[in-house]
Amino acid sequence: MHAKIMSRSLNLKLLSAIVVFGIWEIAGRIPISYGFPTFFESMVALFSMLIDGTLLQAYMDTLRPLVVGILISAFLGIALGLWIGLSNWFDWLVSPIFIIMQAAPLAALIPLLVMVYGIGLTSKVFVVCIMAMPVIVLNTAGAVRNTPINLKEMAASFLGTDKDIILRVIIPSASPIIFSGLRLGTSAGFIGAILAELKITPTGVGDIITFSRSIADYPSMYAAIFSIILLAVCFLNLLEIIERTLFRGNVRGYVSD
Amino acid sequence: MEIAVSTRNISKTYPGNVEALRDLSLEFPRGQLTSLLGPSGCGKTTLLKIISGLLEPTSGEVEVNGKPVTGPGPDRAFVFQDFALLPWADVLRNVAFGLELRGVPVSEREDIAQQHIKNVGLDGFERSFPHELSGGMRQRVGLARALAVESEVLLMDEPFSAVDEQTRRKFQEDLLGLVERENKTFIFVTHSIEEAVYVSDQIAILLPRPSRVHEILRPENLRTKGVSDIRRDPEYLDTVDRIWASLRSYVE
Repeated sequence: MHAKIMSRSLNLKLLSAIVVFGIWEIAGRIPISYGFPTFFESMVALFSMLIDGTLLQAYMDTLRPLVVGILISAFLGIALGLWIGLSNWFDWLVSPIFIIMQAAPLAALIPLLVMVYGIGLTSKVFVVCIMAMPVIVLNTAGAVRNTPINLKEMAASFLGTDKDIILRVIIPSASPIIFSGLRLGTSAGFIGAILAELKITPTGVGDIITFSRSIADYPSMYAAIFSIILLAVCFLNLLEIIERTLFRGNVRGYVSD
Repeated sequence: MEIAVSTRNISKTYPGNVEALRDLSLEFPRGQLTSLLGPSGCGKTTLLKIISGLLEPTSGEVEVNGKPVTGPGPDRAFVFQDFALLPWADVLRNVAFGLELRGVPVSEREDIAQQHIKNVGLDGFERSFPHELSGGMRQRVGLARALAVESEVLLMDEPFSAVDEQTRRKFQEDLLGLVERENKTFIFVTHSIEEAVYVSDQIAILLPRPSRVHEILRPENLRTKGVSDIRRDPEYLDTVDRIWASLRSYVE
């Protein structure tokens, strides 16, 4: 029964991939633009970059600010979010920063960051963090603040200490929204990493995109874009698997609603 | 008659000067079930939460076994109206949660929980999650969790109001058995007159705004009747009528 549903959802995913790639192939063959390669051309470019090692080399560069930035955003973001959710004065003190960060046009801030932190890794990590952190912080804070009061009262009446209540009630109860924040934050982080490579210094995947565009090697350009999307999707699926194994009962809805 | 819990001159004023309780004194005999009965908004739940230590009274004091209450304690366990189960934890962990918070080792607390799961009739559901259970079964989990910590006093906040009528009747019968078997003091909040008369040794009728004890009733002979005969007993019917007569003018 379960396996059947799983295989059906896998089939649907495959079907949707085939439809999208089919439309891509057709659009490339018309062609809708001279700058738009077909799906197969792009895949050929992708494999040739995989084989000659260009792509691997590029990802070594791209992943460094991305991974560092996302790790900082996740750990610091969840910690700050918890604190904001638990304490009113910290909320007033810190929340506005993240609300502004979320609303600010990042591209306009990049020159400022470059002026202060140079063109190296630091600036790129900052860009990833600015993209990824606000949603993680604000989601965590909101979820913590909205922990069902009855669960907190229950834990208190069964002699739970403040630490127990935070670790065994507030965090598990907030985890679905924390994880949705992590997913949104991570995808924003991917955007940030590529944006940093396009706007600060062309390295890694951003370099492949810029360079192949400048020499009109469109298949390589689309291959690079495709590969980063693929990586992001895989990473998001990984997060989902982690969430499902950690908090099994949560995934299937709430009792007290 | 030994007194297990007593509240003396309890007043509670919520922020914004909302007076929930005024100068309320009440005694709860050991080993018996006392109902707090009254229309909604009369502060029954507030009083129960003050006894549990979840709320602090503005003035007055609560004593359990002669010791003043300053917060939640191991001598009292709470059964919640909306069950308050952890949705991410299975039945076994939910029932053992009170023991988990007390630092009882896993294998020991799971053994104890297992026993109580059996006692409330949820055998075989240890690995189910709350959302997979019916309302009645969820409240059985809530009851098992409260029984598992072996408290002398059981505080029940309208525990049967969120389950269907048939389950509710079954629960009321089971509760009578529980009161008889376990030597515990039950404090039972309800807004149902019939339920209060059916299950109680002592009924405290509270009147609203601000709450005070209007009357204390002690049905004398209902305990000796069988669970299915109580509702036909003249004393049961008279008591229900009498309570309704004193409450009806307070119901809008």
